[in-house]
Amino acid sequence: MQEVKEYTPLIVAFCCNWCSYAGADLAGSSRLSYPANVKIIRVPCSCRVNPMFILKAFQRGADGVIMCGCHPGDCHYTSGNYYARRRMSLLFSMLDYMGIERERTRVEWVSAAEGAKFANVMNEFAKTINELGENKRLEDLRCK
Amino acid sequence: MQRIGVFVCWCGSNIAATVDVERVAEAVKSEPGVVFSTQYQYMCSENGQQLIRQAIKEHNLTGVVVCSCSPRMHEATFRKTAESAGINPYMVEIANIREQVSWIHKDIEEGTEKAIILARTAIAKVNLNAPLTAGETKVTKRALVIGGGIAGIQSALDIAEAGYEVDIVETKPTIGGRMAQLDKTFPTLDCAACILTPKMVDVAQNEKITLYTYSEIEDVKGFVGNFSVKIRKKARYINEDACTGCGVCMNACPSKKGLNEFNQGLNNRPAIYIPFAQAIPNIAVIDPQQCLKIKNGKCGLCAMKCPSNAIDYTQTDEIVEREYGAIVVATGYKTIDLDKFGEYAYNESKDVVTSLELERLMNAAGPTKGTLLRPSDGEHPHDITFIQCVGSRDTSGCGKPYCSKICCMYTAKHAMLIREKYPDVKVHIFYIDVRTPGKNYDEFYRRAAEQYGVDYIKGMVGKVYPQPNGKLLVQGSDLINNEQVLIESDMVVLATAIEPEPSVRRIATLLTTSIDTNNFLTEAHAKLRPVESPTAGIFLSGVCQGPKDIPETVSQASACAAKVIGLLAKNTLKGNACVAGPDESMCNGCSVCANVCPYGAITYVDKEFRLGGGKTETRRVSQVNQAICQGCGACTVACPSGAMDLKGFANKQIMAEVEAICKR
Ligand SMILES: Cc1cc2nc3c(=O)[nH]c(=O)nc-3n(C[C@H](O)[C@H](O)[C@H](O)COP(=O)(O)OP(=O)(O)OC[C@H]3O[C@@H](n4cnc5c(N)ncnc54)[C@H](O)[C@@H]3O)c2cc1C
Ligand code: SF4
Ligand code: SF4
Ligand code: FES
Repeated sequence: MQEVKEYTPLIVAFCCNWCSYAGADLAGSSRLSYPANVKIIRVPCSCRVNPMFILKAFQRGADGVIMCGCHPGDCHYTSGNYYARRRMSLLFSMLDYMGIERERTRVEWVSAAEGAKFANVMNEFAKTINELGENKRLEDLRCK
Repeated sequence: MQRIGVFVCWCGSNIAATVDVERVAEAVKSEPGVVFSTQYQYMCSENGQQLIRQAIKEHNLTGVVVCSCSPRMHEATFRKTAESAGINPYMVEIANIREQVSWIHKDIEEGTEKAIILARTAIAKVNLNAPLTAGETKVTKRALVIGGGIAGIQSALDIAEAGYEVDIVETKPTIGGRMAQLDKTFPTLDCAACILTPKMVDVAQNEKITLYTYSEIEDVKGFVGNFSVKIRKKARYINEDACTGCGVCMNACPSKKGLNEFNQGLNNRPAIYIPFAQAIPNIAVIDPQQCLKIKNGKCGLCAMKCPSNAIDYTQTDEIVEREYGAIVVATGYKTIDLDKFGEYAYNESKDVVTSLELERLMNAAGPTKGTLLRPSDGEHPHDITFIQCVGSRDTSGCGKPYCSKICCMYTAKHAMLIREKYPDVKVHIFYIDVRTPGKNYDEFYRRAAEQYGVDYIKGMVGKVYPQPNGKLLVQGSDLINNEQVLIESDMVVLATAIEPEPSVRRIATLLTTSIDTNNFLTEAHAKLRPVESPTAGIFLSGVCQGPKDIPETVSQASACAAKVIGLLAKNTLKGNACVAGPDESMCNGCSVCANVCPYGAITYVDKEFRLGGGKTETRRVSQVNQAICQGCGACTVACPSGAMDLKGFANKQIMAEVEAICKR
């Protein structure tokens, strides 16, 4: 019991440059905090997120991965987030099949004006991952 | 191996208060590639930048990591700093330790640790960065406008006014579009011809504008700044330079049974015709399907009568090829077909007309010389019923789901014009809602309802029954009085939905730009880039982008021209440096990437590859046009061979970031 509590899960967040990364900036400038174990990777668009990146994150010991993009219809490149949405739903069902809990992955649309939403989403996601605990299923022990 | 310098900023106390900047600078020293690290109060200040420049020179740095505020804030600043010290600007990466760390984590221990991880992540990326340069292309200083309605005319005049050459390609024998067909125009009720024809003449006389009427776009190649377009000039069977537009031929022609398109087919025209008196260019055209001489070699009367010897039955289509820097689409609209709306008896009775037909029936240059007569028997009508929203806001699948936007206003206009000219005629209007936002628009509608005694009935029409006595029985519901109504009318006018001109589908394909489910052209951003298409160098003007009235069309046309002028004013275009590109040895030419690219940046070429032993093979591989690619990365993920990658956000770089973050 003691051990589980000390373990801080690791969360990787892919954010598109135009909306969600800006939303994260706004959360920052509005001083809306979310757990420090959330680490952001900036990509030009959600459609740049290759499922391989997410698999890699789990393999290297991430406990949750979240992808954020512009709201449907608002993608800077018009249709990128639609591609991303389709790809992620496929990937997530595959992960599900592999026994990775569905709650460990998430897609959220966060606009550049939604600093509060960004912080809320991250708080909530971190809470879910905390409850799920360590992800051991896909983690590659050789990487340890 | 890179030689990386790490620069940790305090941002005054913004960062330094909750991040131990010294510890961050110290901790990254052992990271691979790092040869120098330091911290300073304000990195973005002149002194801070000088510190970076100096370190680059002193330590022969090849890469820079700045741990500071968001890259959205100062990435450009630090890239310039690096460039001025002689290294490629794309060798700089930012670790965002302000918005993502110091401002949201109050615990110094926690914040410092996260800052170190973010710094390591940026370092991992820079280790894989490569110098990038944005490509440059020249701009052809000439614009093409497709469609010569009021939208195309206004855009062309504005572009020409700024000093650039413009060509207009129009499918019809004359420019003018739908506005030329209108009688009077809301909200001021000035005659359409009086305000439009002077503009048409301006187009004809403008030295910078070349008109290709009765012409079509055959092919489009190239990209922003460098389009190459083939235009098909259809045979008019007239020598354009000789024809003076005298019209003698029209009287001579014995084949007079062609449908007069300009009058919406309400009367006939000869096989050789000038669409209307003020047509630009004012030159005849022969309809080859109808001409007896062209069809079976018998006749030739017009050539005998033409005083200018302008007629040439042997003329053929001509293909012209021209270069453009920008293309404006202004292809406008048509009213929808009413075949699916049998309940309104449009195909059964001549006295059921569309609003556009009514415009011609009220126009002094129309088939009845402006006297409103019942089409079936030429009698004066006493009772007219209008039905709004025919095919608009219709989710049944027969019509269009959208609001055509102009019908409420033009129906009020029609009602007012009729009541003004023929006070004895009763006018009823069935409507679902009356929508009249716009300057002086609601006032206009209220005038129709209150001052002109127009009978507005809120409700839908169920059916129109043609009666044996020639009248039309309109059966509808009155929702306000909650009753069924039956109105005996002499004419029924259908405010028919408008839809994009169908040829726009082909145009959009040729231009690799997108259309929505209703065939309206899509703008680059619905709110912020409303006159640009998602494809660079293609601009949108008028109703082809969405329903609009004339004031809105003209505003958009001028906005569109401003964007075109902005583009043509440049000598060269600097592209985006973070573009996609394939590893040709892995690409199998499958086309998957081209299918997802929102900008049509990807094409294919056959290339020869050495196989060793003196053998070669030719394979189809993808090619990304650097001037068009916007760097979204959609193609990189779609590529099943893993051949496509994005510079600046390469697979390896992002993987390295993931690894750095996950390292415990
Ligand atoms: C019944 C009715 C009454 C109206 N009354 C009013 C009014 O009173 N006041 C008002 O403000 N608005 C009114 N309008 C709206 C007005 O007609 C439009 O706002 C205006 O005509 C839009 O201009 P446009 O140039 O976008 O399109 P259009 O006028 O349709 O012009 C498009 C042009 O492009 C050409 N074209 C199409 N496809 C191609 C192609 N593939 N290649 C080359 N050329 C092509 C067409 O031949 C046409 O000349 C009315 C509309 C209707 C239907
Ligand atoms: S990165 Fe985007 S814009 Fe560039 S070629 Fe790939 S899909 Fe097209
Ligand atoms: S998807 Fe990949 S393999 Fe297919 S054509 Fe594009 S780059 Fe080549
Ligand atoms: S740019 Fe944000 S999802 Fe495409």
